Amino acid sequence: MNEKTQYDVLIAGGGPAGISAWLTCHARGLNAVIVTNAPEHSLLWKAGRIDNYPGFSDSSGSTLLGSMYVGAEKLGLQRITGQLLGIMRMGKSFIASFGTEVLSAGSVILATGVTPANVYPGEREHLGSGVSYCATCDGMLYRGKTVAVIGLAADAENEAQALRQIGCQVEYFDKKRARSFAIKGGDRVTALSADGTDYPVEGVFILRDTIAADVLMPGLETDGPHIRVDAGMRTNIPGIFAAGDCTGKPYQIARAVGQGNIAALSANDYITHTKENVK
Amino acid sequence: MSVTQLTKANFDDTIAAGTVLVDFWAAWCGPCRLQSPVVDEFAGKHPEVKVGKVNVDEEPELAMRFQVMSIPTLIVFKNGKVATKHVSLCPLEEIEEICK
Repeated sequence: MNEKTQYDVLIAGGGPAGISAWLTCHARGLNAVIVTNAPEHSLLWKAGRIDNYPGFSDSSGSTLLGSMYVGAEKLGLQRITGQLLGIMRMGKSFIASFGTEVLSAGSVILATGVTPANVYPGEREHLGSGVSYCATCDGMLYRGKTVAVIGLAADAENEAQALRQIGCQVEYFDKKRARSFAIKGGDRVTALSADGTDYPVEGVFILRDTIAADVLMPGLETDGPHIRVDAGMRTNIPGIFAAGDCTGKPYQIARAVGQGNIAALSANDYITHTKENVK
Repeated sequence: MSVTQLTKANFDDTIAAGTVLVDFWAAWCGPCRLQSPVVDEFAGKHPEVKVGKVNVDEEPELAMRFQVMSIPTLIVFKNGKVATKHVSLCPLEEIEEICK
């Protein structure tokens, strides 16, 4: 790992909570980076009209988020576009992977937005025995086999195409093709049920914009789809903080921005103490 | 203890006796690059456990034999038999737990 990939703070997610956290990190002199999906794929970007965020009236989600980015970019925002696949503690820091790349940070702020509320029947039971969240990681293990892709993420079709190129027979489902899914099988996946019809497959790739928090960071305490935090936005894992919609309702910009600010201040305290202990 | 690169040729001999931790990985897999140094750290702390790695790209038969369908996967063998199979990222404390 070279020096360029070492940061003080990794911010997972580039919505209002993530941008707010980055601004506060920047103000405190921390070297912070946001890793995020493209903003155009966020729920906020698609919001037609927002009237409840101070300073903006009759503004669209894309205008508001765009303004936030313009402000941060003027200050030298560091942003990487990509999907985080996992985060692990390594000694005193954390390492995170996105695509086939990795980076290292002294602390992490999770601002990943609304995570999937429900998993499909059979999904968790078959994780690793036919269910996968990562076509890049696991595609080669299904070479020559028939698989289903449930494409809920913006770039899911590209991932499905990549699976075809390495020799998988791909049955592709988007939200238009079917609404309800269940994964069937015993020790291994044998079929995907889509709106009641069974499709015989050996693997099911479920490609969402956001990976569930406790899969992303093993050991993280959650409450249903939400990450548990205290008033300082600290999770149960020292050095890992969370802010915004991923910590609970109401899913509002004002709450996300405030929490992003608090999370960054807590991360600053954590990093300061860690460095003092090292000296 | 050092980490052994496992292939078809040395796999069965390596796992035959005692507790052996095996990390199934591949170069194209980002999360595997997170798991790998943690497995190395475990190996350094626990010389009593043999530790090996299988590159599933080079050893597809071993991946198939142990039904590794998602990586990283860790398998703990006790006296040649699969004792625990852990799919996806596994922190150090959990590796210590499954190798007990």
